Amino acid sequence: MPNPIPAKSKPAAVASQNSSAMTVIAPAIGWLIPGAGHIIQRRYIRGLLLFVSIGSLFALGLMMQGHIYKANGGDILDILGFIGDLGAGALYIVALAMNWGMGAIAFAVADYGTKFMIVAGLLNFIAVADAYHIAIGKKQ
Amino acid sequence: MTIQLSHFSAAFVFALFASIVFGITHRETTRDMVRYGLYCFAMFLGGVLVAGWAMWLVRR
Repeated sequence: MPNPIPAKSKPAAVASQNSSAMTVIAPAIGWLIPGAGHIIQRRYIRGLLLFVSIGSLFALGLMMQGHIYKANGGDILDILGFIGDLGAGALYIVALAMNWGMGAIAFAVADYGTKFMIVAGLLNFIAVADAYHIAIGKKQ
Repeated sequence: MTIQLSHFSAAFVFALFASIVFGITHRETTRDMVRYGLYCFAMFLGGVLVAGWAMWLVRR
């Protein structure tokens, strides 16, 4: 049976395979570790800036005694908070595992902290979409 | 470890980091990223100041 890929186009086929793998790997790793989706695509400075920005926002939220939402919130606002928090990937998983951010929101700064962590997660969703656009060649 | 930020310093930190992410993700070239990041930062802080003064006026 003849080889369906002509000899001359083999490098192009390999590049295409790598590219299609990257469209899955970059967003996945970018979600888990903010900025990593850019770093594995050799956008080192962008990746580092995203990591510092999203990581700092999340860490500051925790230090301000913000609240971490869980999946079984029940209330619609709790569910939305959970979706936002979940965007932070490993940061959220570690915070949940360490039982951080479980206190009640007792004062204004703690409420700011809660919003910081939700926004950190939402910003990471945007960063994940950006990593995907780089992987498919829509963005440099 | 806990931290106590004032309303303005919290808004400043929020504006700084959100603007960096917006700049990187919403523009193509480095120059455009920096410009858009600065624009977002100015809009965030400008919005805080305008809203603050508006609330001060409403309260009077």
